[in-house]
Amino acid sequence: MIELQNVTLTFPDGENRVTAVDNVTLRGRNGTVTGITGPSGSGKSSILAVAATLIRPDSGGVLIGNGSDTIDAAQLSKHEATELRRERIGIVFQQSNLLPALTAREQLQVMARLGGGTSRATRARIEARAEDLLDAVGLTQHADKRPHQLSGGQRQRVAIARGLVHDPEVLLVDEPTSALDQERGAEIMHLISRLAHERDTATLLVTHDLVHRETLDDLVTVVDGRVTTALTGRVPTR
Amino acid sequence: MRGCSGRVCERKGITVFVAWRELRFARGRFLLIGTVVALITVLVGFLAGLTGGLAAQNISAVLQLPGDRIVLQQPGNGDPSYATSSVSEKTATAWEQAEGVTSVTPIGIVQARASVGGGDDPTGVALFGLPQNASGTRSNPLFDLAPAGDGEVGLSSGAAADLGVTTGDTISIAGGDFTLTVVGDDLWYSHTPVIVMTPEAWSEASERVGGTGDATVLAVTGDADWSAVGEETGSVAETPLASLTALEAFRSEIGSLGLMIAMLFGISALVVGAFFTVWTMQRAGDIAVLKALGATTGSLVRDSLGQAAIVLVAGIGVGLAAVIGLGALAGQALPFTISPLTTLAPAVVMAVLGLAGAAFALRSVTKADPLTALGSNR
Repeated sequence: MIELQNVTLTFPDGENRVTAVDNVTLRGRNGTVTGITGPSGSGKSSILAVAATLIRPDSGGVLIGNGSDTIDAAQLSKHEATELRRERIGIVFQQSNLLPALTAREQLQVMARLGGGTSRATRARIEARAEDLLDAVGLTQHADKRPHQLSGGQRQRVAIARGLVHDPEVLLVDEPTSALDQERGAEIMHLISRLAHERDTATLLVTHDLVHRETLDDLVTVVDGRVTTALTGRVPTR
Repeated sequence: MRGCSGRVCERKGITVFVAWRELRFARGRFLLIGTVVALITVLVGFLAGLTGGLAAQNISAVLQLPGDRIVLQQPGNGDPSYATSSVSEKTATAWEQAEGVTSVTPIGIVQARASVGGGDDPTGVALFGLPQNASGTRSNPLFDLAPAGDGEVGLSSGAAADLGVTTGDTISIAGGDFTLTVVGDDLWYSHTPVIVMTPEAWSEASERVGGTGDATVLAVTGDADWSAVGEETGSVAETPLASLTALEAFRSEIGSLGLMIAMLFGISALVVGAFFTVWTMQRAGDIAVLKALGATTGSLVRDSLGQAAIVLVAGIGVGLAAVIGLGALAGQALPFTISPLTTLAPAVVMAVLGLAGAAFALRSVTKADPLTALGSNR
């Protein structure tokens, strides 16, 4: 589970500060996909950045985990936040952001080698999961291809597999369909939804359009940094 | 949060995993960098080998002089010089009688011309006047050339080759004829091959070529108050190595060639640093992504330095092989020395300076902001 509690984030703007996230509270439940939508500049990506511990909020908490295993990510040091991302958070970027020199398989394997404290057993477990996930996203046959040899949809599927390969509790997805046509976009959204449910992962997904809203379990709408509506339960299609 | 407590933790991180794959993926780019490193290594190696060869042609005989100190005449103005030094018998006696001195060997050095059979094609040589069985000269290749009689000479192999003579032949030196009795090691002084004669024969030869006939330097052994005795006798006592600065040709050659080598080292650090700075800047986006995914800055730094080290070792290795191979060929026509000092030492310095240059590029790694991986920033 991930829960943002009364999170506020401001940025310097000349002599003043502009509020990007204004007292936002939202929750991503285990095994569900929570969509975060809103117009451009509404603060969607800033919410995701706070959830990903890439930026520390001015105030509020970011609770990750379940029961006694829950921690407030907003209170972590930079080093601890890095370790948290490596072990408990998966991130899927807007533009897949795959490393050009690595094959699809290696994009996943590198997750086992990111830190200074990865155990041999963890590394072996992650590398074994890489094969399962490549199969789960339908890329076993393309495992040895580099990003430039894959289509946009395939690249995004590799990125999703990379986000899940270390078995995170939370998956954060930033505009995964923005560079894809509608058909490929639908495939990706259904894939994310299926994997979130199968793997019991709390998924926050930022999206600017709701064409594939049927794949979302919950939906939060953000305008000017504030949550304006929050729908819980399977999001109805129009 | 999950740590690695209770588990065996490793600190390898992504070291070499990404670096090695980038090397293979961008092999053209790294081949270019490696080639430049190899070429600079060849340049440095050749210059070092040539410097070593020229130095050997300057000082190989001087380095064989025995004793704890080499005593030269201290001129009224200017620095002591092997070319102008002349140590009188009075000075030699004063050093012999100085407290703490255990032995003094007068040594004559003068450059002259030698020929075979009074031919028209004389060879420039360095005449050394050395006694047989001087103190501390056992198994000394220079003193092994010292002849027994005044009408005899010993030749370094270079002199014998230049003159085209063998044992028993007669050589004309400064108007006198001498019988060649010994041919020994290849010893040089100030770019001329060495011929050794007795002190008496040398003294006469010295006078015939315009010298005083007095010894040029004293090789002194003992534990004396060197500066006090030097001051009293108008001389200066230097360690054998320090005395090399009294060889003008050596000083100017080493100075200019050493400066060139130092500049090449600087250039190599700059070139490698510039290459890796540009390369790391191009990777800034990937580094931000890796940081966002949880890579530690330390593991990324190790990865980058590991990559630089691989390129440097490969480039320097190829360059070193070329230096040794081509240097062996060049050594047949040029004064070229292949030794650990002229090959491995510059290679190690190149590697260290190259890594230092690459380390400058690490700012892009340490400063990369993982936040830029989000959104459409890339």
